[in-house]
Amino acid sequence: MTIFLSLIVGLALFFAIGISARAAFRTLAPDHQKPTFRDMPLTASFGIAIILVYVLVSLLGPVIAPFGEGEVVGAQYLPWAAPHYLGTDKLGRDMLTRLVYGARNTVGIAFATTILAFVVGSVLGIWAALVGGWVDNWMSRFVDALMAIPALIFSLLLLTIFGTSVLTLILVIAAVDATRVYRLARSVAQDIVVMDYIEAARLRGENNWRLIRREILPNAMAPLVAEFGLRFCFVFLAISALSFLGLGIKPPTADWGSMVRENATLIAFGDVTPLLPAGAIALLTVAVNFVVDWQLHRASGLKE
Amino acid sequence: MADIWRMIGRRLLLGILTLFVISLVIFGATELLPGDLARELLGQSATEETLAALREQLGLNDPAPLRYLKWLMGVLQGDFGVSMATQKPIAELVGARLGNTMFLALYAAALAIPLSLVLGILAALWRNSIFDRASNALALTSISFPEFFVAYILVLWLAQTGIFPSMVRITGSTTFGDRLYMSFLPALTLTLVVTAHMMRMTRAAIINLLASPYIEMARLKGMSPLRVVLRHAVPNALAPIINVVALNLAYLITGVVIVEVVFVYPGLGQLMVDAVTNRDIAVVQAIALIFATAYVLLNLIADVMSTITNPRLMHRR
Repeated sequence: MTIFLSLIVGLALFFAIGISARAAFRTLAPDHQKPTFRDMPLTASFGIAIILVYVLVSLLGPVIAPFGEGEVVGAQYLPWAAPHYLGTDKLGRDMLTRLVYGARNTVGIAFATTILAFVVGSVLGIWAALVGGWVDNWMSRFVDALMAIPALIFSLLLLTIFGTSVLTLILVIAAVDATRVYRLARSVAQDIVVMDYIEAARLRGENNWRLIRREILPNAMAPLVAEFGLRFCFVFLAISALSFLGLGIKPPTADWGSMVRENATLIAFGDVTPLLPAGAIALLTVAVNFVVDWQLHRASGLKE
Repeated sequence: MADIWRMIGRRLLLGILTLFVISLVIFGATELLPGDLARELLGQSATEETLAALREQLGLNDPAPLRYLKWLMGVLQGDFGVSMATQKPIAELVGARLGNTMFLALYAAALAIPLSLVLGILAALWRNSIFDRASNALALTSISFPEFFVAYILVLWLAQTGIFPSMVRITGSTTFGDRLYMSFLPALTLTLVVTAHMMRMTRAAIINLLASPYIEMARLKGMSPLRVVLRHAVPNALAPIINVVALNLAYLITGVVIVEVVFVYPGLGQLMVDAVTNRDIAVVQAIALIFATAYVLLNLIADVMSTITNPRLMHRR
């Protein structure tokens, strides 16, 4: 019964947020952007609104949070009541506070990792397409070999070898995901490097780095941006999964994945508190996916 | 017929080559360390004696190519070496668990594949209806959920009421029926995670075809929409559908790791996570190789099957 009740409440909230966000975007958008938002689906406006909330919370974390990140403020596993609106965790830390700080840590680390993966992957991919020949051949075969191992399994292997710390986590996930970005960037760039204007730029004497930065990258941006959203979701889920397994971000740093693991015993007693961080992960990924879906649909000009 | 066998042979050779490269990567990754494995495992404070003893135990004194050959020869004979944490042979640790993991993956596949195909075909048939939109939004949502979230929701919902157990305890005397019952929740979790993607791709593959002239012809003949989809669209959409199914079965391999940990399922994934925590590198290498082999095999089967279903690929010259 409660499941259906929460489903109905969730749907109602979804429509309320979606519709009001769409109305807000329509009135606030500058005139030349208005058509973009005019026929935007509800899912997309909902997604953008949620992403904005996450960004705000992670930027204003210490201001919003009622207590300190690692501060023990009461008994263990307190129920939901003021001043601990979401209760406390297994060490007596305020759940709400840790959720707010988790936005900073988990999302921040995932974002940094995605950017790293993108810079490395797309520069190498475009460079391979531009130079061609044996460089391209060897790099692509190497990436193929790495991609033949499932991502999570490969990250686990690398984490065993290099040990588990936040820095190795970022580097390992970025390396694994850079291979996927490399593939996409290379295939997009391959269509671009044969264009006449690249030839012209080459004859002008532009060097490879300038060609990548000024000629190819701007034209490869649209698919790469959509990929960035999807990649962020994968990276975010991978980091949470590893943290959940106890191999990612470590306590006392507040992180959503490890928060679920730490308090999982409560679930056996029918308490939903440990699910909140997991829900926070899910909500952000859903929001990003909705926005990416809309962008892809718009870019493809697909009308079924 | 001879063509099929020749193609399968070629793909098999390619698969073996891929596996060889994968084994190189899995083994070679340890060589990326700035120092050596012994120092990395024991930390900076280790004495020279303990370092030397560990190097001796790991066989680190041999040059890397020689060690690789020894390891590969062992693996080919089913000998993965000895686990550092438990001092037991890895083949023994892995043996029973491999069966459990495969059982779980197959169970999930048996639930997910029919479900997603039916849902995908229905969504294509009734596209742009409420059903289509709702299932599309639901699919996007469930793709975005972390596996452990789905798992715990199911625990909260189904295990709390006592309908299904939230932990899996498999012993030698567990009957098949009991196994099905006990591993229902982990299998259902995996099903929910992979169904969405398979369903969306099935729908997309069929809708792509519905614009082609021969489908319009079939419609103009007065065929019912269901018959058009089942008799004309689905056979031609089989190749992409098979590829997506294989991709998702491969995804099951990694999904299994997290789900096994949530449900304390005695499988390879759980063993791997423990080994990563203990930095038991030999065990991790062995399991990574097993998972990678399964991944390559699945892709190979998908490749062969999608070629067989498509006469245009079969008779290419």
